[in-house]
Amino acid sequence: MEKLRYERPVVKKLNTGMMNKFGTRTEYNPVTHIDGVSVKELIGQYGSPLFVISERTIRQTYQDCKRAFTNRYPRVQMAWSYKTNYINAVCNVFHQEGSWAEVVSGFEYNKALQNGVPGNKIIFNGPDKTDNDLKLAIDHNSLIHIDHLDELYRLMEITKEVNKRPRVAIRVNMDTGVYPMWDRFGFNYETGQAWDAINKIILNDQMDLVGLHCHIGTFMLTANAYAIAASKLADLAYHIHAKFNKKITYIDLGGGFASKNTLRGSYLQGNVSSPSFDDYAEAICSALLNAEYSKQELPLLILETGRALIDDAGSLCGTVLANKRLSDGRRATIMDFGVNILFTSFWYEHKLSPAQEFSHYTEDGVVYGPLCMNIDVIRENITLPPMKKGDNVVVHSVGAYNMTQWMQFIAMRPNVVMIDMDSKVHLIRNKETLEYINNIEEMPAYLKEFTLS
Amino acid sequence: MKIKKNIAISESGFIFNPTTGDSFSTNPIGFEIIHLLKEDKNKEEIKQTILSRYAVDESTFEKDFYDFSTLLQNSQIAEE
Repeated sequence: MEKLRYERPVVKKLNTGMMNKFGTRTEYNPVTHIDGVSVKELIGQYGSPLFVISERTIRQTYQDCKRAFTNRYPRVQMAWSYKTNYINAVCNVFHQEGSWAEVVSGFEYNKALQNGVPGNKIIFNGPDKTDNDLKLAIDHNSLIHIDHLDELYRLMEITKEVNKRPRVAIRVNMDTGVYPMWDRFGFNYETGQAWDAINKIILNDQMDLVGLHCHIGTFMLTANAYAIAASKLADLAYHIHAKFNKKITYIDLGGGFASKNTLRGSYLQGNVSSPSFDDYAEAICSALLNAEYSKQELPLLILETGRALIDDAGSLCGTVLANKRLSDGRRATIMDFGVNILFTSFWYEHKLSPAQEFSHYTEDGVVYGPLCMNIDVIRENITLPPMKKGDNVVVHSVGAYNMTQWMQFIAMRPNVVMIDMDSKVHLIRNKETLEYINNIEEMPAYLKEFTLS
Repeated sequence: MKIKKNIAISESGFIFNPTTGDSFSTNPIGFEIIHLLKEDKNKEEIKQTILSRYAVDESTFEKDFYDFSTLLQNSQIAEE
């Protein structure tokens, strides 16, 4: 006789009508497959933990976003935000869809070049551009977004040295009614810093001011802030034209669109509280269309959204290492992935799904990572079905920032695979090895030997 | 370990402790173990019953039974 499927025995106190910090149960079905590929087979072949990228989800999300804007505004250009996920295969899916590259360092700039992005389709943002970076960007006719006056003055000097006329924009920061106001990047709108920089660029006449850029924040839960930003940039562009007879050809609204993840401490789930692409598009496009442009003069709208385009396409498959009971009675589950590779656990209440069948019985508990560090908490409060050592889980929506902000700390960073449109699996980043780490270390000769008594 | 005499258990796994007023739910295997405890089966007998009926190895069940027993006692459903 075939034995019954085993589930750990649980008993749970019922607290009818009371507030519950664990929230309601959210898991009803196991996630056994990602894009038609078995989670257990993926882990069997590529190890655990394992990052899995869905090419299909990337393309669908990109197209949804692009459509939301192009339905409302005639000239839209996406630029893939490299810092959000700069694994080359991921970048190239976006480039195949038509995205330019948006980079914030020389490292990212060269990555984009090596991926085959033409220099004039690279937007170079950020406060840290070395002389060599700037010269490279000028050589390739990239769009250089100036962040501060020191950079502006240095760029003027370099421009004289190389005797070329770079295409530039300034980054503008402004009050859009949200807190915190991001005023550490770029030139402020309200205090006149932006005009000061614009005057210097145009009167100096060594650079071609072609655009205006802003990036008002991150995980913006109100689309209206973008409407304010778009209006202010459009107003600035209009007055630049009025004052200098200089046409601003593009307005870059940056990124910051929220994904469907749930922020820590948020009352509502992310899929309820985050604005949709249509919400953002309606706010931005309406503001630009209502600005003082004729139909023929509408500037190109550039968007650098990263998180909202890639978060849902990434999953982290992992394995239960152990279960234990904490002194206050809560169940603690220890996973084989920690905050070293799932950095976004600090921001999000990530959704976890078991990758095998389970019953409708659940337990309230906490999910820890494997690191011997107290900070290694994946979920402080979560309601999950009973799972045993060796069971697999899928963490959803981890595509943004984890594969760039992850740390080689205590354990190595794992393999990353991409599932293509035909459900074929490709290894796109190899897991690290001890040799890989040791290769970049040097041992002084006098430290090579020692004796232990 | 014994289940307290005044504990009420329904067929659906609903448990009520009239002394404290607390109510609990348990899953089918938990329900089965509580019944075996009510029948005064000892740990070894319970283990053999579960191992013969469920797809589980001995060490996994021992760890889970230890945890479950502690929960029952802490919840004042069972006593030594």
